[in-house]
This record gives sequence, C-alpha cells and structure tokens, in this order.
Amino acid sequence: MDWGALHTILGGVNKHSTSIGKIWLTVLFIFRIMILVVAAERVWGDEQDDFVCNTLQPGCKNVCYDHFFPISHIRLWALQLIFVSTPALLVAMHVAYRRHEKKRQFRKGDQKCEYKDIEEIRRQRFHIEGSLWWTYTSSIFFRLVFEAVFMYAFYFMYDGYQMPRLVKCSASPCPNTVDCFISRPTEKTVFTIFMIAVSSICILLNVAELCYLLTKLFLRRSKKAGNRKHHPNHENKEETKQNEMNELISDSCQNTVIGFSS
Amino acid sequence: MNWAGLYTVLSGVNRHSTAIGRIWLSVIFIFRIMVLVVAAESVWGDEKSAFTCNTQQPGCNSVCYDHFFPISHIRLWALQLILVTTPALLVAMHVAYQQHQEKKLLVLTGHGDPKHMEEVKKHKMRISGSLWWTYVCSVVFRLLFEAVFMYIFYMLYPGYQMVRLVKCEAYPCPNTVDCFISRPTEKTIFTVFMLVTSSICIILNMAELVYLVVRACARRGQHSSNPSSGKSSFYGHKLSSEYKQNEINQLLTEQDSSLKDMLRRNPGMQEKGDRCSAC
Repeated sequence: MDWGALHTILGGVNKHSTSIGKIWLTVLFIFRIMILVVAAERVWGDEQDDFVCNTLQPGCKNVCYDHFFPISHIRLWALQLIFVSTPALLVAMHVAYRRHEKKRQFRKGDQKCEYKDIEEIRRQRFHIEGSLWWTYTSSIFFRLVFEAVFMYAFYFMYDGYQMPRLVKCSASPCPNTVDCFISRPTEKTVFTIFMIAVSSICILLNVAELCYLLTKLFLRRSKKAGNRKHHPNHENKEETKQNEMNELISDSCQNTVIGFSS
Repeated sequence: MNWAGLYTVLSGVNRHSTAIGRIWLSVIFIFRIMVLVVAAESVWGDEKSAFTCNTQQPGCNSVCYDHFFPISHIRLWALQLILVTTPALLVAMHVAYQQHQEKKLLVLTGHGDPKHMEEVKKHKMRISGSLWWTYVCSVVFRLLFEAVFMYIFYMLYPGYQMVRLVKCEAYPCPNTVDCFISRPTEKTIFTVFMLVTSSICIILNMAELVYLVVRACARRGQHSSNPSSGKSSFYGHKLSSEYKQNEINQLLTEQDSSLKDMLRRNPGMQEKGDRCSAC
C-alpha cells in the first residue's frame, strides 16, 4: 500500500469532481506526491546520519537531533498529503451509495428509472446536486482545514521555513553548549519553500472550487425561484408535494449524463 | 506477497461487508497500512544503528538494544495489521461456499446457463443466516486481536512514550551505562497516531457488532409476527423426502433477493418463488 495505491483509489473520485477539483488532484499528485517521492526523500535521507555535533560525548548527537527535529519534514508532508487526499473518499462513498440505490431500483423493475442495464448505472457520472453537493462541499472544507493546520504546524515547529546551517544545543548529556551542523540546509530550504508554495496553490484552488460551487448553487436556486414566480396561481400544497417528489426523482434518476438518449 | 497483495485479497471482501465494515477497511488501509509503509518504516529504519551507548565495551550496544526492544514497534504493527485483517477471509470463504451452493441449486432447477452463473457471482450476499454468524465471529476476532496487541504494546513499552535515555546494566556493560534512543519524539508521535487509529478501528468494530445484532433482532421480530414463514416447516416431520424438501426450502430462504428475483422472473418456477417470499 503506497502512493500508487492512493492514486488508484483517488483516480476514481476524479470522475465526479468539478474541473477545478481535477486540476487540484493533478497538482497534488504531480507537484507534491511525486516531488516528495523522487526528490525530497533523497534530500532528507541522511538527515540523522549527517547531523554532526562538535563533541565526542555519546548520545549528544541523538538528543540534539531529537530536540531540533521532533518530527521530520518528510513525515509531516506524508501525513499532510494523506489527510488532505482522504476527504475525497467521502465523495466516493456517497457516489457508491447512490449507485447502489439505483441498482436496487433497477432490479425492482421501477419504471421511473430510465436505464437499459446495470452497466450503464456503473458508468454514469453524477451531477453535484442535492446531498452530493453537501458531501462535496464538506470534503473541500476539510481539505482546507487540514492544509491550514499542517502549514501552521510546520511554521510552529520550525520557526519559519528556513533551515539553518548551525544550531546550538545544550541538552543533557551534551557538555555545556555544543555546535551541531545540519546536512544540506540550502537544498532543504529550497524544497520546503517549494512544498509551501504548492500547498498555497492547492489552498487557492480549494477556495476557488468552494466559491464556484456556492455560485452554482445560488444560480440554480434563483432559477427555480424565477420559475415559481411565473406560476403563482398554482402554488398549493399538493402541487408543492408533487414538485418536491419530481425534484427527488429528477435528482436521483434523470439528471445524469447518459451515453445515449432514450 | 506484500501489502498491495493483501489489499487485492481484501478488496473482494469489501463487497459483502456492511457500510461500517467498508469504512473500517478504508481506515485500516489508508491510515494504518499506508502510514506504516510511507512514514513509520523510515522513522524506525535506523533504530539499531543510531542506538548509542556511552561506552566503548564491545557488545554492550547490542545487548542493551535487545534488552529494551525485544520486538520492534514496526514488526508488532505489521503483525497486528495482518492478524486484524485476516478474519475477513472467513467471510470471503463462506461467501464463496454459498455462491457454490447457489450455482448447484440453479443447475438443479434448470437454470444452469452462463448468464445465471454470472449473476450469482456478481450479486451481493445478504448477511443473514449462517453468514451472519460467520461475519459476527470475524468481527469478534478482529476486536480480540486489536485488544491483545494493544495490551502487548503496553506491556512491552510501558506507557506509549519513547524516552530519550535508558540506563542499561546488562552483561557485558560495565556498571550502569547511558544509552540514547534515536528520534524518540518522532517515534512517540507515530506511536500515539497508530494507537488512536487502532482505537478508532475498535470503536468501528463495536459499532458494526451492535448494528448486526440489532438488525438480526429486528428481523426476528418481523418473522415472529409473521408465523407462516418457511422456517416453521423445518421443525416438522423428519421423513426423508420431506426433510430433503425442507433443506431445499432452507437453502432458498437463505439466498439473496436477486436470486429470488431471478427465479420469480421465470414463470415456471413461480411455486418456489412463492416460498422465498416468506423470508
């Protein structure tokens, strides 16, 4: 189970995302996960072995390393990427649940469901409406929260994003104050800034996607309100109920991208 | 055979699980196995090479490491994950057996064509009857293994925190020697993370158990209020031909609704379809 498997799992979610969502997923996999795996892991590979302290005191190096690096950048990024990509699975679960309901309706022989066979249900793409809209929006919200939390954790733990060349350590058993030297500080700073920049781009994409979804929702609501205004005399209880039922049916069955028309 | 192989094997089980079971499987693979592979293994990678003791005595390092780390966290987690995920294979085996029975029944009733055979393979089994017991046993075993491993962790590494310094006096170390563990804070963070996800999995398993029991009781309540169910004939005379007929009835009542649909759609088999409607 590695990044490839995560890519397989999330590739399925891609089908039901907005265009901004698809761009976000691409940025995530190419500019963050791939960079992490092919480049950043090598840079941090010798972080403890090449962390050298100006002392022969056994244990001083271990203790100082632990003091200055409570959790390595690489691990933080790995956790951040896992947490940021998993809300998309909420959407995948919701879509799977809807498909399951439609398959059940199809099997019962429900006339309202216009499908030729079960394969069509499997292949179709759902529009982001109704309860799926709420699930999708929640997933984007959680992504934003996780991104922000991890960026703050980075800033808090490493006092800014720059990696110094020299740190002074006086933790026991080091005698007095000892100079310790970090390996590849400039390269690490470059990659840290790169990952922060891409993280910010992802945050912007998520914010844009949220705005897009909200705008779409308001437009749809104002269209419906406009339609209702044109027929004020027909607004009684039974018709409202019928309209709601129609909306439910159209939500679940009819508003889909089918390959061919009936 | 590696974690990816296990993922392939268990993805098939996913189809016959409850919704909570699927969430549990996702949590296991994404938040435990994946974190173990991409992050935790590199944290513990240099645990022995960077374990330093304040002595020049040869052998002291090895002996002290062995004394404080009888089995590494990584290996314990790997064992835990393997043992916790394998009870799901009981369910897979039972489902395969039921599918085999269904196919036999279809052949007996004259529906042995390839289309119906494919239908049997594709449809989702309902968790009822003996499959329910197998499923519940698998959930109980999962809970048991999780609890046992959490206890073992606690016994081997009292508290879940990794200390920076341990004092060792095992032979051949001279007197008491200070030994320093590598990356203790990072290890503590990951230990706590894995502990939290393990607790979440335990809660999910308990929720699934409660859900299954409640569903079974609700179904029993429905059956008892409808006394003309097919099962009442099961307690009738055990004459050989009636007994065989009762066994066929029982097989039919345990099958999934799609199979009932399949039989119902064929008008020649209407009688047997009627018996199924009592489930």
